[in-house]
Amino acid sequence: MNLMGLFRSPQNELEKGGRKQDREETGINNTCPHCGALLPLSEQLENLNVCTACGYHFRMSPRERIAYLADEDTFEELFGELKSRDVLGFPGYDQKLRNAKLASREKEGVVCGTAEICSEKCALFFMDPNFMIGSMGTVVGEKITRLFEYALEHSLPVVGFTVSGGARMQEGILSLMQMAKTSGALRKHSDAGNFYLTVLTDPTTGGVTASFAMDGDVIMSEPGATIGFAGARVIEQTIRKKLPQGFQKAEFLLEHGFIDLIVPRSEQKETIAKLLKLHKRGSVQ
Amino acid sequence: MSAYDKVQLARSKGRATGLSYIETIFEDFIELHGDRRFGDDPAIVGGLATLRGKPVTVIAMEKGVEVKEKLRRNFGSPNPEGYRKALRLMKQAEKFHRPVVCFVDTAGAFCGMGAEERGQAQAIAENLSEMIDLKTPVISVLIGEGGSGGALALAVADRVWILENAVYSVISPEGCASILWKDPKKVKEAAECLSLTAQDMERLGVVEKVIPEEKDFGKVYEQLREDLSQELDTLGKLSLEELLQARYDRFRKF
Ligand SMILES: [Zn+2]
Repeated sequence: MNLMGLFRSPQNELEKGGRKQDREETGINNTCPHCGALLPLSEQLENLNVCTACGYHFRMSPRERIAYLADEDTFEELFGELKSRDVLGFPGYDQKLRNAKLASREKEGVVCGTAEICSEKCALFFMDPNFMIGSMGTVVGEKITRLFEYALEHSLPVVGFTVSGGARMQEGILSLMQMAKTSGALRKHSDAGNFYLTVLTDPTTGGVTASFAMDGDVIMSEPGATIGFAGARVIEQTIRKKLPQGFQKAEFLLEHGFIDLIVPRSEQKETIAKLLKLHKRGSVQ
Repeated sequence: MSAYDKVQLARSKGRATGLSYIETIFEDFIELHGDRRFGDDPAIVGGLATLRGKPVTVIAMEKGVEVKEKLRRNFGSPNPEGYRKALRLMKQAEKFHRPVVCFVDTAGAFCGMGAEERGQAQAIAENLSEMIDLKTPVISVLIGEGGSGGALALAVADRVWILENAVYSVISPEGCASILWKDPKKVKEAAECLSLTAQDMERLGVVEKVIPEEKDFGKVYEQLREDLSQELDTLGKLSLEELLQARYDRFRKF
């Protein structure tokens, strides 16, 4: 909800709702960046934002994910009031935050809450590709930490969808500290015997991969997602050659033993529910 | 001195590197090698030593001094096996109730193909998760460059100290300038904005202490020997529960 919009006329394209909204309204075709197929938007949306020709998974907002994963009307948001501040006085950060809010229609780069998935109750977090590509700042770290603390208190499993370009450099070292902070909360949740499932989506890189993305008891990924520590460009600059096709893709990580399974969007709800059932307290006796 | 001057000082040739701290401050150092999974990473040196007669596990990032040595040590940028070796030694310290002292000095975890193939991110994530819960006292000292997650992977500790002219940052000023402003020449502005100096760290509560640097570096080692020995004694008096809760709270506050 963009409350501001109620009181004044839009100042720019973003405030009018952004490019994506335009497409929805006019019904323009979308081109698949993977195979080049022209997809009528209605078809793409019906197919959970997956290309009907090649199976390419388009990036998805938290609310779109909640819509296909959570049982109807079961999602209850937590910590939605938290907003980032420009603590270090970093030039341009305030403007970046404003733009990110308009582009994502969210207050911050992660949405947390509880919901039922096929009647299995869990705590959930969804990072937002439209909010500075899910960059991890203090509030993202805080919301995820609080979610794990909440889940520990209520003995709930956590399902977390990651997407991140890395740390939020506008928050400097405080952004780095989020890796340690979240790791601590995850650890307490885990030590108490609670289940944590991560679902890695495109792209999951940098500090998020090097902390809570890789800490899941089970690590799932969407097909074709880029997952890594360093960005491809940085690696190419370091080694001074081009990376082979498919390097750092989900399939590559599966082959190298760093993720458990790749699950296409259409099967995620069912698979997640199954995993939650298998980890239910008292189900193994 | 500008923030970027500090960055250059932290990187400067002739600055003391990790191994010299180990060799000067501690006694009876025995280096232990390998992660038992893949290999031995020369960018991280670790082993056993004594501090005023008491056994400690010491771990240091080592950039190397001479050109050949720098190449062999990958300029102090660890691969996953380096982080896994460090973790192995820390778990060993936990088993034998020895405290751990880490010296951090790296531009960052290595960004190579092999590092990715062997799970650089997973290795760092595991260190963070294990260090926050390591059942023995840990002190980390940032002695030069504290390059992002690659540095943090040895700095989730009960006490984090930093040398007066060392830096600690989420990204290098070069990386920040080129990503954010698409202008590599803006490194000075980037260094300023990132708040990465030792003094910034103290102001932001990221470190407990800034260690003054002296012309006669022997005095720095001496001071560190005194401080480490005293602080390990203090930490050793805490119950395990108190120690771990305080470490959790230390990072929870950010
Ligand atoms: Zn396609």
